[in-house]
Amino acid sequence: MSQGRTLTFNIFRYDPQVPDDKPKMVKYHLEEAPGMTVFIALNMLREQQDPSLQFDFVCRAGICGSCAMVINGYPTLACRTLTSKYPKGEITLMPLPGFELIGDLSVNTGKFMRELAERLKLWLHPKSDEVDIHRIEAPMAPEEAARLYELERCVECGVCVSACATKQMRDTFVGAVGMMKIARFELDSRDARSVEDFYHVIGNQDGVFGCMTLLGCQDNCPKDLPHMQQIAYLRRKMATALV
Amino acid sequence: MKLIYTDSLVVGAGLAGLRVAIASKERGLDTLVLSLIPAKRSHSAAAQGGMQASLGNTVKGMGDDEDVHFQDTVKGSDWGCDQEVARMFAHCAPKAVRELANWGVPWTRVTKGPRQVVVNAEKVTIEEAEEAHGLINARDFGGTKKWRTCYTADGTGHSLLYAVDNKAISLDIPVHERVEALALIHDGKRCHGVVARCLITGELRAYVAKSTTIATGGYGRIYEVSTNAIICEGIGQALALETGVATLGNMEAVQFHPTAIVPVGILTTEGCRGDGGLLRDKDGHRFMPDYEPEKKELASRDVVSRRMTEHMRKGKGVDSPYGPHLWLDITLLGRKHVETNLREVKEICENFLGIDPAKDWIPVRPTQHYSMGGIRTDAKGQSPQLKGLFSVGEAACWDMHGFNRLGGNSLAETVVGGMIIGKYVADFCEENTLEIDTALAERFVAQVRDEIDGLVEGQGSESAYELKREMQRIMMDYVGIFRNGPELTKAVEELEALLIRSRNLGLKCKKRHANPELVEALRVKRMLKVALTVACGAEARTESRGAHAREDYPQRNDKEWLNRTLSSWPSSDATRPQLDYEQLDVMKMELPPGYRGYGINNAIAHPDTETREKQIVEILSNLGEDADRHERQHALMPFEVPESLREKNERLHDKPLGNRQQLGEESK
Repeated sequence: MSQGRTLTFNIFRYDPQVPDDKPKMVKYHLEEAPGMTVFIALNMLREQQDPSLQFDFVCRAGICGSCAMVINGYPTLACRTLTSKYPKGEITLMPLPGFELIGDLSVNTGKFMRELAERLKLWLHPKSDEVDIHRIEAPMAPEEAARLYELERCVECGVCVSACATKQMRDTFVGAVGMMKIARFELDSRDARSVEDFYHVIGNQDGVFGCMTLLGCQDNCPKDLPHMQQIAYLRRKMATALV
Repeated sequence: MKLIYTDSLVVGAGLAGLRVAIASKERGLDTLVLSLIPAKRSHSAAAQGGMQASLGNTVKGMGDDEDVHFQDTVKGSDWGCDQEVARMFAHCAPKAVRELANWGVPWTRVTKGPRQVVVNAEKVTIEEAEEAHGLINARDFGGTKKWRTCYTADGTGHSLLYAVDNKAISLDIPVHERVEALALIHDGKRCHGVVARCLITGELRAYVAKSTTIATGGYGRIYEVSTNAIICEGIGQALALETGVATLGNMEAVQFHPTAIVPVGILTTEGCRGDGGLLRDKDGHRFMPDYEPEKKELASRDVVSRRMTEHMRKGKGVDSPYGPHLWLDITLLGRKHVETNLREVKEICENFLGIDPAKDWIPVRPTQHYSMGGIRTDAKGQSPQLKGLFSVGEAACWDMHGFNRLGGNSLAETVVGGMIIGKYVADFCEENTLEIDTALAERFVAQVRDEIDGLVEGQGSESAYELKREMQRIMMDYVGIFRNGPELTKAVEELEALLIRSRNLGLKCKKRHANPELVEALRVKRMLKVALTVACGAEARTESRGAHAREDYPQRNDKEWLNRTLSSWPSSDATRPQLDYEQLDVMKMELPPGYRGYGINNAIAHPDTETREKQIVEILSNLGEDADRHERQHALMPFEVPESLREKNERLHDKPLGNRQQLGEESK
């Protein structure tokens, strides 16, 4: 852990609500402390140097997915990025591309994810709503439960969307986050939807057949989700669905 | 004035708030949720370990039922809880777990046959029953007689929040994100909604509703180091407090979790110890059995946190630049277990400490974790003072936790409380009309607008950041794990001085729209009042109960303090809350005050305790031999839940079985 370094932060600044404001990069200097993360650094900058600086943190523990931004060229979670990771002590911060910009480093991932969920119907469609909650529950294979949890670990941070070249060119593309969630419900034995139902949602250019397999999603996902495998799985499943 | 009206307004989109919103919407009510952030980012997601519900599927949960869960909860609360509420909760918890399975939660399931677990540092083989295969599993947690904590790996809160938010989306419940409630609209008797500010545009809106449910979580961030998300700042409690009418209950009851990592205070789940992890000191010695030979690492949270602090005070802590800490050792669980069942813990250790918990010990220290206190409600979740104001989850003092909450009971409270109170909220909306008094709404909007004008245009010189830091330091130093009179007095005086200074806040950033400094200033003024209710409540309570431990009054004093602290804010120019007390009636308790099972039994008894104990024996003996446990319970303390939740819970061991052995066994 390096101590006593002076870090240089290069931060994207733009307030779309201020008429005539132009996007710009602004330099800030900050004394590094042991164990410093980008979360700690940004808060110190706001408290000590510029109270108007906008960014989003909630859990500050890598759990909630609020704080994704582009750090030295890579989209990732800022709360768990240690400043010591950068030997030159220069850190460039940009907002996540592909989302509506609220201001500076703050983007509206929440709105995007809600719309995606509504569009793809990303919730369990149980085979029956008439479940007796007073009786012993229906059994599920322990392996299936474990497999579902593995795919459910997505925190909707938006990193996969911002790291996706297809998404940058085709605004309506559902991205790895959409496909991961579809794969999760497709695997769930409690879900009533058939392969055909899923085909109607993602069996097209906006879904599995639009992916160029550049796999920025797989490379950058902070939860190490198996995007490559799931996209390939869904693609095979969809390709054979209508045969 | 921008006016938005609805039937059921919910403030806070974590598990508790969403669950109430779903209950309203399912009854056909117009429902609207306000949230500081996207719903799925709420702090509910951070609950790793699981939720307690007495399903009794696993062999180590055999014989569990509502009675055992109720008793654990009451003992855990150090008899400070509302026993009827604890009963309502224990009864409905299995229903909530089963309901959530149908909403998509991939609960970890039981695998039949033998499996190895670690119990008291020894590898033990347990044999799960054939019949239990595929049913919902449970793990061990502190302060519980049975393995009762249902879980999905160590991402239970995440799985629950996603399933419940997905359910809300499927019902088309709107969530107004990035909106902050700043005042309740009320007429002194009834609550009519909130005044809220859009954090993006700065627009002020009056949301008018039949019912207003506050589900904004706890107030952990009044402390310097907390496991809580940074948005858990007690603003919901402040909204209620500032009405001058609604009361807050037991605000001094603040829980410290034994195992947050040092220095950043991020939680490692109780599941680490539940699954067999140990606490060690600077010599590598496992010290908990020296203090609590029976429960050891799995004593109740308040007990473990105090023992750890005591041990560090003896010089047994590990020195670090951030002060002393102890070690959490989960290496004995094996890499496979750590990488599957404790993966969040592994990620946190890698990212924030640079260590591998499958081979390295984790530096931990007790850290502020949970707010047992909150907006005082009756058993139906409604404020006794302000009709139409409801509160649920950590925001509330519904009061199932008393002075100490058991691990696994908070996640459970969000969905169980939400399920129960959601129905009462819907009843209220059906029984009452929407009253839209625009003049009243205008008055409250104007108050908030004036407050913002004062901050943006005024000449104030105090910094919101600085006042917040000072408040957090005071709470850490003087209102922590161990408390005493002189320090608490100092805390109250210093907080009071800060509150007075907060009337002179000034801003450097003068924007009226997205302005983080303005947000901070609006919050810190409110947080200081909340902090004062905690410090004043702690100063006045001259006994030790649960998480409230007074060095100068080490005994639990049922004779004088078997009551609930109620704080209210007398007037806008007041600098301290008014404290009143609500007595707990021993003669109505199913479980009269007794020994909790930790340390020496030095409690000062309540005069009614002995009478009630005799009465209970008498009531039970009059019932006759064939009364079942439900009839016995009903005879001692009847309780109400909504009709659709009244049915008994079915369990594996209720079913007739030829051979008990079929239900699994344990061997070493």
